[in-house]
Amino acid sequence: GSAPGSGAMGGSASLIPRDLLGEYQELTFLTKQEILLAYRRFSELLPKEERENACSARVPKSQILTLPELRANPFQQRICHVFSTSETEDDSMSFEDFLDMLSVFSDSATSDIKSYYAFRIFDFDNDGILDRKDLEQLVNCLTGQGEGSRLSSTEMEQLIQNILEESDIDKDGTINLAEFQHVVSRSPDF
Amino acid sequence: DGGDDNEEGSAVENEENAKGTDKGKKRAIPRTRRAHARGRDRHGDEDDEDDEGGMRRAGPRRHRSRRRGRAAGNEASDSDMEPSKARKNQANKESKEDDEEDEDEKGDKSGKGKNEKKGDKKSDKKGKKEKAKKKKDKKKSGSDSESEEEPITEEELAKLKEEVEEKKKLIATLRNKPWKMKKKLSVLKEAQLFVDKFEGALGKGKGKQFYAYKVMMTKKWMKFQRDFENFKTACIPWEMKIKEIESHFGSSVASYFIFLRWMYGINMILFGLTCGLVMVPEYLMGKPYGSLPRKTVPRAEEATAMNFATLWDFSGFAQYSVLFYGYYNNQRTIGWLKFRMPLSYFLVGVGSIGYSFMIVTRTMAKNANDDGGGDDTSFNFSWKMFTSWDYLIGNPETADNKFASITTSFKEAIVEEQESRKEENIHLTRFLRVLANFLALCTLAGSGYLIFFVVRRSQQFALEGLENYGWWERNEVNTVMSLLGMFCPTLFDVISSLENYHPRIALRWQLGRIFALFLGNLYTFIIALMDEINLKARYFLPLTMFDRLLGNIEALQSLEEEKIVKYNMTIWEASLYNGTIPENSTAPPIQVDPADVPRGPCWETMVGQEFVRLTVSDMMTTYITILIGDFLRAVFVRFFNYCWCWDLEYGFPSYSEFDISGNVLGLIFNQGMIWMGSFYAPCLPAINVFRLHTSMYLQCWAVMCCNVPQERVFKASRSNNFYMAMLLFILFLSTLPAVYTIVSIPPSFDCGPFSGKTRMYEVISETLEHDFPSWFGKVFGYASNPGLILPFILLMVLSLYYLNATSKSYKEANLELKKKLQSVRIEN
Repeated sequence: GSAPGSGAMGGSASLIPRDLLGEYQELTFLTKQEILLAYRRFSELLPKEERENACSARVPKSQILTLPELRANPFQQRICHVFSTSETEDDSMSFEDFLDMLSVFSDSATSDIKSYYAFRIFDFDNDGILDRKDLEQLVNCLTGQGEGSRLSSTEMEQLIQNILEESDIDKDGTINLAEFQHVVSRSPDF
Repeated sequence: DGGDDNEEGSAVENEENAKGTDKGKKRAIPRTRRAHARGRDRHGDEDDEDDEGGMRRAGPRRHRSRRRGRAAGNEASDSDMEPSKARKNQANKESKEDDEEDEDEKGDKSGKGKNEKKGDKKSDKKGKKEKAKKKKDKKKSGSDSESEEEPITEEELAKLKEEVEEKKKLIATLRNKPWKMKKKLSVLKEAQLFVDKFEGALGKGKGKQFYAYKVMMTKKWMKFQRDFENFKTACIPWEMKIKEIESHFGSSVASYFIFLRWMYGINMILFGLTCGLVMVPEYLMGKPYGSLPRKTVPRAEEATAMNFATLWDFSGFAQYSVLFYGYYNNQRTIGWLKFRMPLSYFLVGVGSIGYSFMIVTRTMAKNANDDGGGDDTSFNFSWKMFTSWDYLIGNPETADNKFASITTSFKEAIVEEQESRKEENIHLTRFLRVLANFLALCTLAGSGYLIFFVVRRSQQFALEGLENYGWWERNEVNTVMSLLGMFCPTLFDVISSLENYHPRIALRWQLGRIFALFLGNLYTFIIALMDEINLKARYFLPLTMFDRLLGNIEALQSLEEEKIVKYNMTIWEASLYNGTIPENSTAPPIQVDPADVPRGPCWETMVGQEFVRLTVSDMMTTYITILIGDFLRAVFVRFFNYCWCWDLEYGFPSYSEFDISGNVLGLIFNQGMIWMGSFYAPCLPAINVFRLHTSMYLQCWAVMCCNVPQERVFKASRSNNFYMAMLLFILFLSTLPAVYTIVSIPPSFDCGPFSGKTRMYEVISETLEHDFPSWFGKVFGYASNPGLILPFILLMVLSLYYLNATSKSYKEANLELKKKLQSVRIEN
């Protein structure tokens, strides 16, 4: 993950109160410039009228997904869902949710917190474990949308079988958070 | 009190199991509740203390059960409830008295244990416990300061201090907790309030002033640290460029640019050392140009000294300047600052090498740490599944490529897993592989011979005078080396298609062969150069033509040569005095223009010049390759596509991909050349800094403009340590020649800062004699006694052996644990 890419940093310092900025620095893995840049990008997603109090506005999911970093990502829907604190479950994001997301994806975040959120992102049915259905959906996301690139059902079966063999320590047919973290923490690519 | 507690209890019952509110039975309840939690050990102590931390349920309740995957909605309701609870708790606290009965009082507080579903990281457990405890004590202490009763005893003070410290630790680790921002904000505010309130209270005891001062300094220090971190991040150059490349091409191509940037940093430091400690002092404080024979262009060359061609070749005025070794005078101190020039030159040379070793090793160690202990093939599929997506990709085209490559790798892995490799045509494969290796060896041998041949020819040209020959003859060596470096890797690529290896293994063979190619070229070049040094010496000394060996013979030759030249110079001086050879003459010395004085040979400058020329020509070749190979090709494909028979974009030339390994290897070998030559030509790091700087911009532009994302988009992380290992190896090899010359070969008598000494390192002993007190010299003498050095070496060997044995035993313990895990797995 990375802080938002291209785009100049502007004079948006005046729009986040100073103590709040300090607190955000304490609570996330982002530096001050990154937070200001995030603020700028976030307010660009809002319609003009709402830009003044971007700190408390919410951006609908469709707008968030126009960000170039999320546009090409196969997990875009899940990411919005996991980081959103919307009470109406419409997956809209406030500025604080946006910061949370950037903080977890930043380079300085610990592997613990990344794996925690990765687990939640991969958990498509939100039941706290990765079962076969979750894994199937995961594979389909990774192989892209085209029909030719999907795996056949035998291949899928075989793949999921192999994965469960490798990662499911207590053999209950599902992967829980501890097993997930165990597998992923040893990978240098994570 | 109890009433309030009950209220709060019901408010949260929707989330958790019923909590008993009995004051006495708090301890039991949390334990049973916790028995439900899965997968985590519960410590008895923790339960108790969490229970005691009773009032502040807000804190622990924030930890959502991971198993339950609570929807975001619940979270919001949590945080909403907390402030009200906080207020209630605050009010409750104020009626509390005594610190002494911590335990009981905690029991008095709301009996709701927290639902400490510590699904979170182990570190969190401690933090939560402490936080809960902190909040408890906060209330208590709050009441104390408000009631202003008895003076706080030592014990309480210490306890308070400890709690404040823990609170501060919590604040520092808050960002590691997987909570929503709202929760984190309220926890932070509470913790900060607590700390602020009680730092004041703590000051009431002894040493108040000092404590307050310490607190203030700590705060300022933390703020300073944070600002410095921000500043450091802002200072990193080219960050935006690299991020853009990352999003288009994935992390592997970007890793090349990150490597380039890192090299740039190293070269900046080397440049700072050589420029600031060697070139600038000599320029400012040394004798100016024209005052000494070694600092002046000889009369014979004066006519052409300012020509562009001469300057481009680094002769003429460029040669007789601070840029090269030969210019420096061997005066022990220069200028009014008494700057020790020879010592500085020596130490900068040695120091650059030492610094490079240190930083490369440190980076390797850091990478090894991140790697997690190397190749583990037991999670092949899981890793493919969970870690293969590159989240830096922001470009749909790259994403498509990535999807395709992930699908292919899944299919491949499945097939490999399912079928065992059929032993088809193993003999044919083996034969082909042997043939391929044979061809590769032939190529290597051929290129080595070509270089040797070309260097010899250039020696002949030099003997006959370079003016008779055109541009090609003058630059033959450099051009040939660069061309070889360009074409041979492609040849290796073609050869490797015979071998039919798995792509990752094929890549390793390719890299190994290119490595051998460059190494062979470099060493052939050096050997031929050494021969040339010999040859030059031999030019003055026809008698020793038979001796062609290096080492002692070379030293002998240059001594002989020195004698000859010195003899010539004496004769020339005599001619100035009209035939009388001055011995203790009292006649005033005749003023002679330094340009007319006959010169001795200066092989160090010659070596430095060769390296500089090689670097410059290499730079030119890279730029031209990029412009022609990438840019013109892209232009051709784009614009001629309309009027060509077949589709150029999909067919033969198409757009080029960025060749990562080729570029990285080129970078590493160039750096090797810099390390080798910077002792003889202090200007080399400066030239390299310039080269890397322009290279960064040119390549960034070329990548974005002319290249397409690769078909097989792979992650760079594993290759990192491979490149570092090669860099370390090259560093070691490059410093060997320099160290050899420092230790074994006498410096030229007529040029450079070490002229007149028998060995270059004698400058150290000279410094010890003159500049340090005598006891220092004695100590140093004792320390360099073999009787002391040998035991030291023995000690180092023993500790190496011990560390090796320990690491082996750790690896075995690791394996044992893995086996245990697997057997537990099987049992279940």
